[in-house]
Amino acid sequence: MIKDKVIDMIRTSKPLLAGIAMAIGVAGLAAPAMAQRDPAYAKARSSGEVGEKMDGYLGVVGSSTPALTAIVNDINIKRRALYTQKAQAANATIEEYAFAAGCQAILATSPGEKYQAPDGSWKTRTSAAPERDPRCPA
Amino acid sequence: MTGQVSTSCESGAGGWSKPRRAALTGRGAVAAATGLATLALSGCITVKAPDKPIVIELNVNIRQEVIYRLAKDAGNTVEQNKDIF
Repeated sequence: MIKDKVIDMIRTSKPLLAGIAMAIGVAGLAAPAMAQRDPAYAKARSSGEVGEKMDGYLGVVGSSTPALTAIVNDINIKRRALYTQKAQAANATIEEYAFAAGCQAILATSPGEKYQAPDGSWKTRTSAAPERDPRCPA
Repeated sequence: MTGQVSTSCESGAGGWSKPRRAALTGRGAVAAATGLATLALSGCITVKAPDKPIVIELNVNIRQEVIYRLAKDAGNTVEQNKDIF
């Protein structure tokens, strides 16, 4: 129906109006998937000050600062809320879902970023596959 | 915590003196004595409980199965929430 309206607008109304309508439509659809990391978080990640833990949460690598703690806590609160919701839908515990997400989040790290290896130590991701818990699916 | 030792040996078997001494000084002394009095078996049976508690790690197996099941869902969640991952 919305699609019909947009097509209708393109045909009948002025091109400018149609352009605006389409831009809103595209932005509206893309917004949830295309949300980007906060610049402070992105910087802390790429510099290796924070890393992906095995349990599905973010951790501070090395010495902690109030700014880093604030970033990590903010992200982890949001992650936990998401895990809680998804775990309930998947009929699993929050810990199980978080762990499963951690497997994927470690796999999704870019070279140079930090992640936690099964022995608990922080590793820097290279182009090779990360060292993950044996329970993580291949 | 040391393991509990219970030993039953034939009385005439001189070669088995070492484990019997261990049994008689241990907590299983009563059981060993009962064994000696009632059994006339040739041979020696030693039952030793492990020092550490027996832990059956069911948790590991259950979780691996669950994590396998959740993998795709969790992967989508990570992929679709790039602002917090």
